[in-house]
Formats: sequence, structure tokens, C-alpha cells
Amino acid sequence: MKIKNVARSARTDMFTYLGVVAAFIIISLLRGGGMLNRSQLGMLVPICCYIVMAVSLNLTVGILGELSLGHAGFMSVGAFTGIITAMSLANVIPSAPVRLAIAIVVGAVFAAIVGFLVGIPVLRLRGDYLAIVTLAFGEILKELITCLIVGADSKGLHIIFNVTGSKTANDLKLLEGGRIIIKGAQGATGTQTIATFTAGFILIMITLLVVQNMVRSRTGRAVMAIRDNRIAAESVGINITKYKLIAFVTSAAMAGAAGALFGLNYSNLAAAKFDFNTSILVLVFVVLGGLGNIWGSIIATVVLYILPEALRSFATYRMLIYAIVLILVMLATNNAQLKTLLGKLVPGRKKEGEENG
Amino acid sequence: MKFLAYLVSGISLGSVYAIIALGYTMVYGIAKMLNFAHGDVIMVGGYISFLAATNLGLPAVVSVLIAMAVCTVLGIVIEGLAYRPLRAAPKLAVLITAIGVSYFLQNSALLIWGANPKSYTPVVSGTLKLFGGQLSVSYVSLLTVAACIVIMIALTLFTGRTKMGKAMRACSEDQGAAQLMGINVNRTISMTFAIGSALAAIAGALLCSFSPTLMPTTGSMPGIKAFTAAVFGGIGSIPGAFLGGILLGVIESLAKGYISTQLSNSIVFAVLIIILLVRPAGLLGKYVPEKV
Repeated sequence: MKIKNVARSARTDMFTYLGVVAAFIIISLLRGGGMLNRSQLGMLVPICCYIVMAVSLNLTVGILGELSLGHAGFMSVGAFTGIITAMSLANVIPSAPVRLAIAIVVGAVFAAIVGFLVGIPVLRLRGDYLAIVTLAFGEILKELITCLIVGADSKGLHIIFNVTGSKTANDLKLLEGGRIIIKGAQGATGTQTIATFTAGFILIMITLLVVQNMVRSRTGRAVMAIRDNRIAAESVGINITKYKLIAFVTSAAMAGAAGALFGLNYSNLAAAKFDFNTSILVLVFVVLGGLGNIWGSIIATVVLYILPEALRSFATYRMLIYAIVLILVMLATNNAQLKTLLGKLVPGRKKEGEENG
Repeated sequence: MKFLAYLVSGISLGSVYAIIALGYTMVYGIAKMLNFAHGDVIMVGGYISFLAATNLGLPAVVSVLIAMAVCTVLGIVIEGLAYRPLRAAPKLAVLITAIGVSYFLQNSALLIWGANPKSYTPVVSGTLKLFGGQLSVSYVSLLTVAACIVIMIALTLFTGRTKMGKAMRACSEDQGAAQLMGINVNRTISMTFAIGSALAAIAGALLCSFSPTLMPTTGSMPGIKAFTAAVFGGIGSIPGAFLGGILLGVIESLAKGYISTQLSNSIVFAVLIIILLVRPAGLLGKYVPEKV
């Protein structure tokens, strides 16, 4: 039984990798053949970013079992540190992919640091209190970034923290040839868009590698033990704070990497983009995909990201339809009668449902 | 004098938060769910009272009463259609449904009333001048504070003295046991949603009297802040929601006045985080240690 289970989980992991690779190849072929229109091409990088966001949030919500409502905050930390890095290195490193990679790593590192600082107080709380505090941190991060004015010139980076709202980009006193990178509430303007779909694909693969290996490792088992029964886990000697922090910081770092890629995909990006609604959007991907189910997060992200775009022909009604679909799906998936009915129709289905649930 | 002015505006804004938080805390206390749609019920209440006052020319009191009636029905319908089927479902499923309801209300409002902000006429106009005109307090502020205190006292009496109130407390403590004692749990929860939504309608009218722009997204930020206020004071506790609301309003107003307008929300949230770290169950909440 045990061997069978291990083999089964390894098989699921394999299928996840293969699925992502296959999707990448198919989309690349379609793109090479000119079968994708402009708006579809524009969706590729954001979808990759949101997949990474969803998988990383799944680590916090599904594997660690703590509800986080501030995941977009880490994304914004990654996005803006990534943009600053890429823009200030523009003259030093001419190769765009190298700059992108450095920006993503820097974004991930900064998001991890912020995640660590946020995680120490937050993870002491439980349940809804933890949720509201992560929400609070998300909003604080957003407002702090809104106050930033950053520019770079030959002397290095110039940063102003605009608390009173009276300072402008002129106060940076940039030398000639310097450029403004972040303009307070307007956010990053004039960013070179160096993000590519291939980079998004590689980032997804790295994220999957990290998360899936972590889940199957000693660390992952400790984290899941904490989720299932905190007191029991503590009594067998698992260091609760340590493992919670590991999961939380890893999740934040990957959100930062996704943010850096996302930020470098748009020439203009305001911090207001990463508000509470973005956190909720990613949470919806995770919950609809299934808690703790990595594969489900990916599918749910792709479907739910494309759905509002596909409904564009209904123009004004599309978000209304989206809301109704959301409610109906939640009602249907949690309907006991429907579940038993499915269990009767498909033999073996019920058992699977129990395992996933 | 400047300090007094900030304090007065803080207390009146805080009273609006407190009214919303009272509704939030009752719903949370009994249904144990984060009702993200609560803020949007406020917005609906604002629109209904706006339409009744502007299009039908009804007096302000009547328009608020109509808004309360509509929101009460809306609250009961939302609970019955969206939340009741999920009573046994995992908490996150209910949360996502609440988010769905919130999107639904916002987008319905967008379709029905359009994206253009409406300018709301305050329910009462005029200001009271104190200290020879140095300090002016609008009548809306006075009305809000009075309404908030009346509502808090009424709710305390209701939950403490009436049979329905007792049923509510019983349900919030242990739904299964309450059911065994012959309490109709579903009806009690419906009743709680009705009260919470009626309070949201009042809050909507008062909120729009302060900042007279009415949009489909008007309710979301006050909704989140009111929830913060409820947690601040200890969620589930009625005096706690009142205290939390007032404190939140005062902190926000002072932060805006003395530190930074841009960072006022951050300061409010930072205070929340510090309070929760020191008192994990909020100011007046009871901390229940886990038993093994």
C-alpha cells in the first residue's frame, strides 16, 4: 500500500511536469505558426505569472493550511525591486534575458526578506486573525510602495520616501542621462518590457520543482503535519515556527519572482494593481483548483484567467457572469447530494474524492 | 483646536465604522464566516436611499427606512441562496462564495446604476459652530454618533434580554447543542443577517453623507476597515465592535492630520497588527486557550 502511494504521487508529479511542457510546446508551435492573435499573445506572460502565484499561494493555503489574503503584497515587492534592478542594470548588462533572470532572483530575494519579516509576527496568530493581518500587511506594502520615488543615474540609485505627498521626481536631483524608474502613485513608468513567455515557462518549471519536491520531503511532511494537527505535530518534536516560516517564506519568494516577471511585462505599472482584489483573485484560483492540489491550481488559473477574456463578447455582463459562475461552482462542488450522485455514476470516483478532499 | 477638529471628525467617521462593525461582528459571531459581501450591502443601501430621496423626492428618514427594508430582504436572500447550502462546507468555500456575492453585487450595481459617481445629498445638512466658530461640527456627525450609541445599546439589550437574542448567543456558542435545545438555527442565522444588513443600510446612508460620492465600489474599503474594527475590539463582542470602530476612526483621522494622508490606512493597519500581537483576541475579546 505504501509503495503504491509513493509511486502514485511521483506519477502525479511527472504528469504535472509533462503537462506543462506539452502546453508550452503546443503554444510555442501555435505562436510560430501565427495562429495566436495579439490579445492572446498578451495573455501568455500574465498567465505564467498567475500560475506561479497560485502554486505558491497553494503552498501557504493548501499545504500549510493558513489563509493568506495578502499574497499580492509579495508580488508587488518582487515586481518593483525587479523593475528597479532591471532598469538600473540596463547600461551595464546589455543582454535582456540575463537582466531578466537577475531581476527575478532579486525580486524573489526581497520578497523572501519581506515574507520573513511579515511571517514572524503573522504566524503567531491563527485562523481568521491571521487572514486579516495578512490582508493588513498587503495593504501596508501597497501604500508604502505608492510613496516610493526612485531614479537611477551614473552615480547610482536615488530613492525618496514621499510620506507627505509633497515631493516629486524632480527632488531626486538626477544627473544628466539619469532616468526615473518609479514615480510614486503612478508607479513604474517607461519600463523596458523584457519579460518573455519562455522565461515564464522556465519560472513555472522551477516553481513546480521547488514546491513538489518540498511537499514530498521531510519538510513538507512536517508542514502538513502542522496543518492537520498542530498540537500533535508539536508533541512529536516538530518545530512549528521553523516549518511554518519555511513554507511561508518560500511561498513569498516565489510570489516575488512572479511579480518581477509580471512587472517587466508592462511599460507602466502602478502599485495599486497589487491590491486586495489581486490577492483574492489568486485565492480563488487556488480554492477552485483544489487545496493542496498543484495540478488543479494550474488548470484553475488558466481557465479562470481566460474566462473573463472569453466572455468579452458579452462585454458589460462578463464580470456578472464570472461572479455567478464562481458562486454556482462553489455551491455545486460542496453539494452533498451531487457528490453521492457522482459517486454512484462513476465507480471508484468517491474514493478518489475522499483522498483529494 | 486643530486636534479637537481631527478628534471630532475621527469620532464621527469611527461611528460609521462602528455601525458597520456591529453588523459584521454579529454575523461573524453566529455564522463564523468572513462576509466579504457586507461592504457591498452598504453600497446597495446607499444607492437605494439615494434613489428614494432624489428620484422619488421622499424625506431622508423615509428613504433610509426604505433602504433598510430592501437591505434586510437582500441579506436574507443572500444568506438563504448562497450561504445556507454551504453550512457544512469547509470555511474557505464559504469565503469564496462570499467573494462571489460581493462581485455579483458590485457588478449588478454597475449595470443598473452605471459607473458614474452619484453625488449624495447628506441626510441632514448644516453645521454646529462651537467656541465662537473655531470648531464646526456637522449635524451629520452628531446624528451618526447618536445613531451609533443607540444601535449599540439596542443590540446589547436585544442579545442580552430577548428570547431571539438568547437563541443567537446559543447558536454562536454551539450550533449543534442549540439545535438539540429546540432552537431553529437556520431562522436564527437569517435573523442575524437581517439585522446586520439593516445596520449596513443605515451605515450606507451615513457614510455617503460624509463623503458624498456614491459608486459601485464605495462599500469595499469601509467594509474591510469595519471588519478590521471588529477584529480590533474582539470579534463577536458588541461593545468591542463599538470601541474598535471609534478607535479606528480616531486613529485614521489623527494619522491623516498629523502624519500622512497617503499612509493613513497603513497606520491603521499597523496599529491593528500591534494590538493583535499583544492581545491575540482583540481588545475586548475573550482568549480561549486550546485544550488538548
